[in-house]
Amino acid sequence: MATNNNSNHKYVIETRDLDIFYGSFKAVTGVNMNVERHKITAIIGPSGCGKSTLLRAFNRMNELYAGTSIQGQVMFEGEDIYAPQVDPVEVRYRIGMVFQKPNPFPKSIYENIAWTARIHGYKGNMNELVENSLRQAALWDEVKDKLHQSGLSLSGGQQQRLCIARAISIKPEVILMDEPASALDPIATLKIEELMQEIKKSYTIVIVTHNMQQAARASDYTAMMMLADRQARSGTVIEFDETNRIFTNPKDKRTEDYVTGRFG
Amino acid sequence: MLRKTFENEIQQVKDDVLVLGSMVEKAILDSVEALKKRDIKASERLIREDKEINKKRFEIENKLMVLIATQQPMAHDLRLLASCMEIISELERMGDYAKGIANINLRMGDMPLLKPLIDVPRMARIGVDMLHEALTAFVNEDIEIAKSIPVKDDEVDALYNQVYRELMTFVIQDPKTIERANWLLWVAHNLERVADRVTNICERTIFIATGEMEEIKSTDDEFWQQQPHQN
Repeated sequence: MATNNNSNHKYVIETRDLDIFYGSFKAVTGVNMNVERHKITAIIGPSGCGKSTLLRAFNRMNELYAGTSIQGQVMFEGEDIYAPQVDPVEVRYRIGMVFQKPNPFPKSIYENIAWTARIHGYKGNMNELVENSLRQAALWDEVKDKLHQSGLSLSGGQQQRLCIARAISIKPEVILMDEPASALDPIATLKIEELMQEIKKSYTIVIVTHNMQQAARASDYTAMMMLADRQARSGTVIEFDETNRIFTNPKDKRTEDYVTGRFG
Repeated sequence: MLRKTFENEIQQVKDDVLVLGSMVEKAILDSVEALKKRDIKASERLIREDKEINKKRFEIENKLMVLIATQQPMAHDLRLLASCMEIISELERMGDYAKGIANINLRMGDMPLLKPLIDVPRMARIGVDMLHEALTAFVNEDIEIAKSIPVKDDEVDALYNQVYRELMTFVIQDPKTIERANWLLWVAHNLERVADRVTNICERTIFIATGEMEEIKSTDDEFWQQQPHQN
């Protein structure tokens, strides 16, 4: 894949008629959505409508599960990431991911970042990289005196910020977040949301969340997903718009019902 | 239905807005009636009752705050609750106009009315009818009616214009009537403002239903533009 951080494409990620399958089961149907650069795009919708499946299709993470396949296209900086010549590892390197449950490596705080960076061939000043990554993740002040303690000794919220620092350390272009705050208390949640606002200046973020208030507070755009066809149990994006619009005047009645709490 | 309790509370707020509206309607009609009859006691009572209107407004405002804080309304619910906040403020101000008219009656003391009131009660009647229809349109979220009501503001403006010219003829004939003419002009002005505020309520109703904020063109603007400069 060509490296083009200063791409002319307005949208970092674009999907075209994207279908996602688990074996013969079509989990997601016909998604056409565009992810804008340096914005936070939230994906909301009831459980089981394919939000995480769609998110994982954005960096080919689904392929780690047996039997998944796609039809249609996912374009990253204008290039089809599912094209045969594309290395999925490089895709995941440029489109990082943060998961629901914080998953630091069972190593020191320092090594969580340094080890990741070394694997990706980083040859520069490691102390500087670790500090910068932790600063960007708003964790530096809390851990600077205990960098050699285990990452697992941190609180849940700190562990999640360590995971974000780790994701940032390899300078991805996009960070996908799958329910990054659902295991955290409200204060830790707000810290993650503040952090998202900070890092979106440098990265593009796509976040899946069950928490509608979180999508309303933290995102610029919102994609509303729902089962398109009850019988087939296949999810799709029924409405995609500016977050302000989705939460004040959505066009689709089903979005209205969902965001006002009358369905879900 | 997932949000039965919340829906009941929203319905309760709408009912409260209607109650406040009917208090204001009554205050406006009564204030003009008291003036017409130069009934000082009735005007004193109206001034006291305005406190009830204010109290009711704060009560509704508080309920709205609690609902917004605890229920996190979105989309249509949010537009409705935010608009209720505006509407009750408009209603309270209309109540103040009624109180203003009551005050004028008190301040006129023993002085008789400059002329029998004919157009002024008409203005009050039309204004109150407009208000009543506007609140009905609000409850039913009827966009068509909400859009049609402000047209009637023209009638109120025409009457105001008429009252103004009539009072001016008295003043020109006998400058000693200035003070009494001025009082009646203020009464007419208050009633003209009532009709304008009804238009604001209609705009809110359209916003609740459609999510679009659009200003209903005020004929009031044209009215002022039409007035020739007088030196």
